[in-house]
Amino acid sequence: MQVLPWLILLLPLFAAVGIALGALPAHRRGVAARLSVGAAGLAFLLSVLLWSSGTQGEQGFLWLAAGALKVEFGWRLDALSVPMLLVVTGVGGLIQVYSLGYMRGDKGFGRYFAGLSLFTFAMEGIVLSTNLVQMFVFWELVGVSSYLLIGFWRERPAAADACKKAFLTNRVGDFGFFLGILLVWSLLGTVNFTEMSAVLQRQPEALGGLATLAGLLVFCGAVGKSAQFPLHVWLPDAMEGPTPVSALIHAATMVAAGVYMLCRVFFLLDVPGSVALEVIAWTGIFTALLAGVIAVQQDDIKRILAYSTLSQLGFMVLGVGLAGGSHDPAPAMFHLTTHAAFKALLFLGAGAVIHALHHQEQNIWKMGGLASKMPVTFVTFGLATLALCGFPPFSGAYSKDAILLPAYEQGRYGLLVLALTGGFLTALYMFRLVFVAFLGPAKSQAMDQAAEVRGVMKWPLILLAVPTVLAGGWGIEGVYRRAFGAAEPVEAVSWFGQIIAPLTHAPMVALLAFVAAAGGAFVAYRLYWDALTDPLPDKLGTPAEWARRRFGFDELYARIIAGTQDALAGLAAAVDRWVLAGAVVRGGHGLVELAGRVLRLVQTGNLQGYVTFFVAGTVLLLLFVLTR
Amino acid sequence: MNDLPAITLLTLLPVVAGMLLLVMRPDGVLARRIAVGTGFLLLLGTLGLWLGFPHGSAGLAFQERHDWAPALGIQYFVAVDGISLMLVLLTGLLIPMSLLTGKVPEDRPVLYYAFVLFLGGGLIGTFTALNFFHWFIFWELSLIPAFFLIKLWGGKGRDAAATQFFIYTMVGSIAMLLAFLALFLATGKFDFLSLAEMGQAGALEGALAGAVGWSGISGSGLAMLVFLGVFLGFAVKVPCMPFHTWLPSTYATAPTPVTMLLTGAMSKMGVYGLVRILLPIFPDQLRAVSPLLLGLALATIVFAAWSAFAQTELKRMFAYSSVNHLGYCLLGVFLVVRLDPGIGDNAVSQAALMNGVVLQMFNHGLTAATLFCLLGMLEQRAGGHESMGDFGGLRTAVPVYAGFVGIATFASLGLPGLNGFVGEFLIFRGAFGLSPWVAVLATPGLLITAIFLLTFFQRVFLGRLDERWQGMADLSTAERWLIAPALLLMLVLGVAPQLVLTTINPAVQHLIAAVTH
Repeated sequence: MQVLPWLILLLPLFAAVGIALGALPAHRRGVAARLSVGAAGLAFLLSVLLWSSGTQGEQGFLWLAAGALKVEFGWRLDALSVPMLLVVTGVGGLIQVYSLGYMRGDKGFGRYFAGLSLFTFAMEGIVLSTNLVQMFVFWELVGVSSYLLIGFWRERPAAADACKKAFLTNRVGDFGFFLGILLVWSLLGTVNFTEMSAVLQRQPEALGGLATLAGLLVFCGAVGKSAQFPLHVWLPDAMEGPTPVSALIHAATMVAAGVYMLCRVFFLLDVPGSVALEVIAWTGIFTALLAGVIAVQQDDIKRILAYSTLSQLGFMVLGVGLAGGSHDPAPAMFHLTTHAAFKALLFLGAGAVIHALHHQEQNIWKMGGLASKMPVTFVTFGLATLALCGFPPFSGAYSKDAILLPAYEQGRYGLLVLALTGGFLTALYMFRLVFVAFLGPAKSQAMDQAAEVRGVMKWPLILLAVPTVLAGGWGIEGVYRRAFGAAEPVEAVSWFGQIIAPLTHAPMVALLAFVAAAGGAFVAYRLYWDALTDPLPDKLGTPAEWARRRFGFDELYARIIAGTQDALAGLAAAVDRWVLAGAVVRGGHGLVELAGRVLRLVQTGNLQGYVTFFVAGTVLLLLFVLTR
Repeated sequence: MNDLPAITLLTLLPVVAGMLLLVMRPDGVLARRIAVGTGFLLLLGTLGLWLGFPHGSAGLAFQERHDWAPALGIQYFVAVDGISLMLVLLTGLLIPMSLLTGKVPEDRPVLYYAFVLFLGGGLIGTFTALNFFHWFIFWELSLIPAFFLIKLWGGKGRDAAATQFFIYTMVGSIAMLLAFLALFLATGKFDFLSLAEMGQAGALEGALAGAVGWSGISGSGLAMLVFLGVFLGFAVKVPCMPFHTWLPSTYATAPTPVTMLLTGAMSKMGVYGLVRILLPIFPDQLRAVSPLLLGLALATIVFAAWSAFAQTELKRMFAYSSVNHLGYCLLGVFLVVRLDPGIGDNAVSQAALMNGVVLQMFNHGLTAATLFCLLGMLEQRAGGHESMGDFGGLRTAVPVYAGFVGIATFASLGLPGLNGFVGEFLIFRGAFGLSPWVAVLATPGLLITAIFLLTFFQRVFLGRLDERWQGMADLSTAERWLIAPALLLMLVLGVAPQLVLTTINPAVQHLIAAVTH
C-alpha cells in the first residue's frame, strides 16, 4: 500500500513526459490519448483501491536541506486527501474520456493531453502534500499547466492574453501565500502539517500577535487560485481554453484547490486572537453575491458558468470562514465535492452544445430549442442545474445546507440572509440559461444542425449525473469531518435517512434555502420563458448594465496596472538613461574634460609662471608638513 | 590523486591551448575544433574535481601552496571548497557551451578562440586563488580578453560598449588594488585566509591605523575606506546599482557566446568575490553599512526588473533581468551579517540565505547563459531583428525552439521544479527570517520578473504568426544537443537540489560561523 500513492502521483507525470517526448506530432495522437487516458484511469482505480484499503499516514523523503532547515517531499493520506484524490482522478478521468471526442481533429491533440496529464500530476501533488512548501511547489505547477491549457489555442490573441492574465493574477495571490508560508515557517519552525498542528496544540499562542496576518497571507493564495474578490478577474477570461479544460481545471478541481488548502491549514486560521476567519467569511460571501449578480447578465454560455463557479467558490470559502469553535470546515469540502461533479457536468454539457454547433456559437441568445435535439445533454444539464440551485434531493442541496447551517446556529443572520440571496441569484441565472438555451424557440439558423453528441462525449455526462443526483446521501460530509477530529459514526445511516436528515435536524434552514431557490427559478420563469431578448436591461436600466459590464473590474485593473507599470518602468529606464548614464557618466567625462582644459591653461610656456607655481607649491607643502 | 596539482592543471589547460592556437595559427574550423576539444577537456577536468571532492566537508580540498615571494607575503595558494567548486563547475560547463554557440567568426577566428580560452583560464584561476597577488592577475586576465572579444567581434556600437565596459571594471579593479595594497602595508599579508582571520578578530582597524596612518583618519575610518574600495571592485562586476550602467549595452553588443560568459560566469566573479573575500575579511564593516547596502540591493532587484520591463530589445531586457537575479545574491550577502534577532532562529535563516546565494549563482549562470544562447539563435535567424515588436506567433513556425525558450524562461522566473526556484526560495526564506521587511520589499522583483518574461513569451511566440517568419527554420540537431543538456540540468537541479546542496552547505555553514561569531 505504501507504493500506491507514489504510483498515483507519478503515473500522470510519466504520461505527460512520454507524450512530450514522443507523441506530440498529429499522426501519433493515438499514443498520446492512450497514455494520458490510461494514466488517468489507472490513477483513479488505484485511488479507489487506496480508499477501500483505508490506508492513512504519511511518508516522505528529504527534498531540500540547508543547515537546520529541512523540507520533505512525500504524501499524506487522511480523510481530507483521499476523498479529494478520488474527486480529482474520477472527474479528471471522465473529462479526459470526454476530451477524446471534443478535441478530435484538433492539430494540437497530443499537446492537449500532455497538458492535462501535467495538470493531473500537479493537482494530485497539492492534494497529497505533507507540508506547505511541497504544496506551494505543486501550487505553482498547477498554475503553469493552467497557463498552458488556457493558452492552448495560441493563435487566438484573446487566449494568449487570458493565459497571461491568469498566471499573473495567480502570482499576485501566490506572493501573499509565499510570504505567509515564510512567516508561519519562521514562527513555528516547521512547515509539515502534522508538526505545525502539534506545535499549535501545545502552545496555541505560538503565532502571537501575527496570527491574523499569517492567516490572511495564507488566505491570499486561496484568493488567487480560487478566484475570490479582488483577484476574481482571471477566471472568466480563462474560458478561452477548451471547454473540457474549463470543466476540469476552472470549475471542478484546480480552482477548488484554494478551498482545499484552507481546510488543510485550518488549524492555522482557527487560533485564539485571529480574526482571519471573519475576513474569509465576508470575502467568500461578497464574491458569491458579486459573481451571482454578474452571471445574471452574461450571454456567453461558458461565462455564465464561469461566474457561477466564482459564486460557488465564494460559498465554499464562506463555509471555511464560518467554521471555528465547535464547527469544522467539512461543509466547504462537502460542497467542493458535489460541486466538482455537477459543475463539471454543466461545463461538459455546455461543451456538448458548443461542439454540436461546430465551435461557432456560445451566445445563449442565439440558441434555443436544444432540449429536443440533444435530449441526453438537456436532461443531464437539467439535473446538474437542479443540483447547483440546491433543490432536494439533488446533491447540491445538502452541501449548501451544510454551509448555511453554522451561520444559522451561530446566529449570524446577516451572513445567512446574504447567502440565501446568493441561492436566489443562482437559481435565477441557471434557469435563465436553461430556459433561453435549451427551451423556448430557436433563435438562430445554427440550431437546425445541432445533434446529440456521440459515445465518448455522452457517457461522461451520464456518469457524472450519478453523483450529481445521489451524492447528497452518501455521507460525504461525515467522511471529511473525520479529518477534523470527529469520531467515526457509530452506525451507518441509510441513503434515504441522509436525504431526509436536513428536515429532521434543521428544517428552518432547509426550508429557507428551498424558498430562495424556488423564488429564483420563478423569477427566471416570469422573465425568460419563451423570451427572445433579455428583458432585464429595460426593466432595471443601469444596474443591469453594470452587471453586464462586470462592474468594470477588468477595465479598472487594466488601467491601474498599465498605468503604474508604464510609469514605473519608464521612470526606471529614464533614471538609467539620463541620470546614471547621462549625468554620472557624462558628468564624469565632462569633469575630466574640464580638468584637462583648466590644466591646459596652466601650460603657458611662460617660465615666470612656472616658477611662481613651483614656489607656491613648495610653500603649501611646507605649510602642510609643518603644521601637522 | 592528491599529489596531482589538479587546479593548476585545470587553470593552465585553456591558457596553454589558447597560446598553442596563437602559435600554430590553424584555419578557423580547426581552431574551433581545438578550442571545443579543450573546452570538453576542461569540463571533464572540472567533473573530475567534483568527483574527487570530499562532499560534505567544510574544508579546502586540492590545496596547492608554494612560496613565491615570501618577503612580500606572496604565495601561490589555490584550493577549492564547496562554494568555489560550484563556480569552477559552472565555468567548466559554460566554456564548451559558449565555444559551441554560433558559427566560426569570419574575422580572425584563431584570435577569437584563443581569447575565449584565456577568459576560461582567468575564470578558473579567479575562482580558485586564495592569495590576492595571483588572484588579481587572474581577475584582470579575464577582463582583457573580454574587452577584446567585445571590441573586435561585437555588434553595432561595440567600440563604445567595450570602452565603457573596460573603464568601469578598470576603475573598480584599481580601487580594489589600492585597497589591498593598503591592507598589505598594514598587515604584510596578501593571503585571504589570514586576512579573514584578522578581519574577524577585528584586528584590521588597529593595523591600518598603525601602519598607514593617513592625515588623521581613524583606524575604523581607514578600514571603511579599504572596505569600500574592495566593495567597488565587486559591485561593478556583479553589478550592483548604481554601478550597472555599463552592462546593458555590453551584453547587447557583445557576440552571443561572449555575452553567455559575461552573464553566466564573469558576473559570478563579482558575487564570488563578495562571498569569498569581502564577507570574511570585512564582516564588521559590512555590518556597519548593511542598511545602506541593503537599500542598494533592493534597488538593484526592483529597478532592474522595472527597467527590463521597459525594454523592447530582447537582449537588453534579459540583460536587466540578469541584474535583477543577481540582486538576490547581493541581498543575501548584505543581510547575512545581521546580528539583530529576527523571526525564529537566526542560524537557520542564515544557513538558508547563504545556501540560496551560492545556489542562485550557479542557477543564474546556467539559465542566463542558456537564454542568451537561445536569443542568439533567434537573432541569427531573424537577420538581426531583436525587438519584441518584430515577432509574434513564432511557436507555430518553430515549436521546438519555442518549447526550449519556454522552459528556460520559466526556470528564470522561478517556477518550482526548475532550478531557479530553489535558490530564490532559500534566499527569501533566509531574508524573511532575518528581516521580514527586506524580504517583503524584494518580492515585487519576483512579480515584475514574471510579468515581463510572460509578456516576452506572449509577444514573441503566441498570437498570429507574422508572415515574415513563416519559413523560419526550427532548431537543428546540433543546436538541440547544445541546449538540451542545459535544460536537463535545470530540471535535475530543480527536482533534486540536494545533489549540490550537500556540497555547498558545509562550506556555507563554516563561513557563517566565521562571520557571525
